[in-house]
Amino acid sequence: MARRVMIKGNEAIAMGAIEAGCRYYFGYPITPQTDIPEYLSAAMPKVGGVFLQAESEVAAINMLLGAAATGARAMTSSSSPGISLKQEGISYLAGSQIPGVIVNMSRSGPGLGGIHPSQGDYFQSTRGGGHGDYRTLVLAPSTAQENYDLTMLAFDLADKYRNPVMVLGDALIGQIKEPVELKSYRKKPKDKPWALTGAKGRHGHILKSLFLADGELTDHNWMLAKKYKSMEKEVRFETYRADDAELLLVAFGSVGRILRTSVDILRDKGKAVGLLRPITLFPFPNKAVRQAADKAKVLMVMEMSTGQMVEDVRLAAECACPVDFYGRPPGSIPTPDELAKEAMKIWRKRGLK
Amino acid sequence: MSAKAKMKQVFDRPKSLKDVPYHYCPGCHHGVIHRLVAEQIDAFGLQENTLAAASVGCSVLMYDYFDVDVVESPHGRAPAVATGLKRARPDSFVFTYQGDGDLAAIGTAEIVHAANRGENITVVFVNNAVFGMTGGQMAPTTLEGQVTTTSPYGRSAATDGMAIRVCEMLSTLEGTAYAARVSVDNIKNLKKAKAALKRAFTYQTKGWGFSFVEFLSSCPTNWKMSAEEANARVGKEMADYFPLGVYKDVRAN
Ligand SMILES: Cc1ncc(C[n+]2csc(CCOP(=O)(O)OP(=O)(O)O)c2C)c(N)n1
Ligand code: SF4
Ligand SMILES: [Mg+2]
Repeated sequence: MARRVMIKGNEAIAMGAIEAGCRYYFGYPITPQTDIPEYLSAAMPKVGGVFLQAESEVAAINMLLGAAATGARAMTSSSSPGISLKQEGISYLAGSQIPGVIVNMSRSGPGLGGIHPSQGDYFQSTRGGGHGDYRTLVLAPSTAQENYDLTMLAFDLADKYRNPVMVLGDALIGQIKEPVELKSYRKKPKDKPWALTGAKGRHGHILKSLFLADGELTDHNWMLAKKYKSMEKEVRFETYRADDAELLLVAFGSVGRILRTSVDILRDKGKAVGLLRPITLFPFPNKAVRQAADKAKVLMVMEMSTGQMVEDVRLAAECACPVDFYGRPPGSIPTPDELAKEAMKIWRKRGLK
Repeated sequence: MSAKAKMKQVFDRPKSLKDVPYHYCPGCHHGVIHRLVAEQIDAFGLQENTLAAASVGCSVLMYDYFDVDVVESPHGRAPAVATGLKRARPDSFVFTYQGDGDLAAIGTAEIVHAANRGENITVVFVNNAVFGMTGGQMAPTTLEGQVTTTSPYGRSAATDGMAIRVCEMLSTLEGTAYAARVSVDNIKNLKKAKAALKRAFTYQTKGWGFSFVEFLSSCPTNWKMSAEEANARVGKEMADYFPLGVYKDVRAN
C-alpha cells in the first residue's frame, strides 16, 4: 500500500520528481518555491542524483537543457520573476525538442510584485512564454496530492512529446500542508535514441533550433505545430456537481480548489451551481467547455488575476452561452464565502432561478 | 622499393572533422582552431565520447564540421549547458566553443560560475576582439581606439572601458585549474596552442578540473583587413594587450 504522509505542496513536487526518476535538479532560491531546492539538496545525493544551486535562473534552465540533452530526466523550479528569466531557455528546449520539467510556484507581479498567490502567469505559461511560435504543456495542480501526481505525469509527457512541460501552481499550492499518498512510479521510461551519449558507432547527434537552409525552418515549425495539435489528447479536467448546473464556475489551481466549497455553500441554498476545473491549461479543455456552454445557462470564470483564462473560456464557449468573470488581483486569498457571493451576483444578474 | 611505398602520409584531416568546406571567411582563424581541437579529440581517442556545447557566433555551425555529439546553446549559456552535460555524463569529454561576445559579454556570469565551481569541462575561447557574426560590432575585448560598427570613433576607454582580459580574470578563481592564452598566427605559436589544448584535454580526462584555452583570433572581414594584415595584427596589437602564455597550471610540477 502506498505510504500516506503529511507534507507541503512544494515537497510533494520534489518527491514526485524523484519518484519519477528525475536525478538532475538545477535551481535558484525564490519564495514561495524554495522548499523544492531545499528538499532536493538533501534528497538528491541520497539517490545518486545531482542538486546544483545555479548562479541564476538563466543558468539553471540551461543546465537543465544540457542534462536533458543527454536523455536524463531533469527539472528546474522557480517562481514568477525567475520563470521570466527561464523563458529564453524554454524557447530553446521547445525549438530543439529537448524534454524538461519546469515548475512555477507563481507569485504576484508585475515586477517584484510580492509573494502572494497569483494566477497572473497564465498567459505566459500557455502562450509559450518566450520568443517564437511554440507551446509548452501546462499542468495546473490544486492539491499537494496533485502536485505529486502531476509532477510524475509531467516527466512522462515531456519525454513523450520531447517538449518542455510546465507545472503551474502558486504560493498557496506550494505552501499548503496536507496528506499525500506516495504512489509508486511504475512506468518504464521511454528510450531516447536522439540523445547525446557520444557518437559511438554512429555520426554525431545534433540538437539545435537553428535552421538556415531554404524552407527548413518552415518545415520545422509545421512539424512542431502538428505536435502541439496532437497534444489535445492529453486534455485533463475535473468537474464537481456540474451535471445539472445552471451556473457553471470555471477556475483552475487554487481558485478551483476554493470554489469546491463555494459550490457546496450554494448547493445548500438550493442553487444549481457546479464547477469545471481545467487541469491541463495547454492543451485547454476546449471541448469540455463548449459542451458545458451548451448545457449550462451561464459560465462564470474566476481567477486570481484581472482576467486571463477567461479569454480561453470565451473562445471555447463560442458564444453558446454568456461567460461572466470575477477577477481578484493578488493581495489576499479569496474565501469560499466571498466567491459564493460573487457567484450569486451573477446568478441574480442573469435572472437564474 | 618503389617511390610510392617509401612515401609516408604526414598530414590528413582529423577523423572527428567532417569532410566539408568551412563557411568561414578567408583568413579567419576559426577553421584552424577547429582543426586543432579535432586533432586532440582524435589523439585522446575521444570522438565516440565527446559532447560539445556550441555557442552563438560565427562558430554556431560547428556541428556541421565536428563529427561528435553537439547541442546548441543560447547566446552566452554554453558553460551552463556544458555543466548539465557533464553532470549527467561525468565520463564523457565535454567542451564549449565560444566567441568573445558570447563568453565575455552576454555570458559573463555563466563562464565565471562554471569556472568557479571547478566544472570538469574544457572551454575553447576564440577572442577576435569583435562580434563577428553580427557584422563587426564592439565586443568587451575590442581594443582601445579600435573602430567597429558601434564604435565608429574608436573604442573609448572613458565611456566603454578597456578590453577585458578573460584569461587573467578567470585565473584568479580557485576553481580554474588550467588557463592559457595562445594564438595561431605563426608555426611557433601554433605549436604552443597545440600543447595548451593537449594540456587542457589532459586536465579534463584526468578529472583535474576546469580548463580554459583562449585563442587570439583574426577576423579579417570585420577588421576590414586582408588575411595577411589580420594575421599580423593578432601577433602585434592583440598579443601586446593580451599577452600569450600559460596563466594557470595547478598540476605543473
Ligand atoms: C540573446 C541574443 N542576443 C544577441 C544575439 C545576436 N548575436 C549573434 S552572434 C553575436 C555575437 C557573436 O560574437 P562572438 O561571440 O564574438 O563570436 P564571433 O562571431 O566573433 O566568432 C550576437 C550579439 C543573439 N543571437 N542572441
Ligand atoms: S566574420 Fe570574422 S569571425 Fe566570422 S567567419 Fe568571417 S572572419 Fe571569421
Ligand atoms: Mg568575436
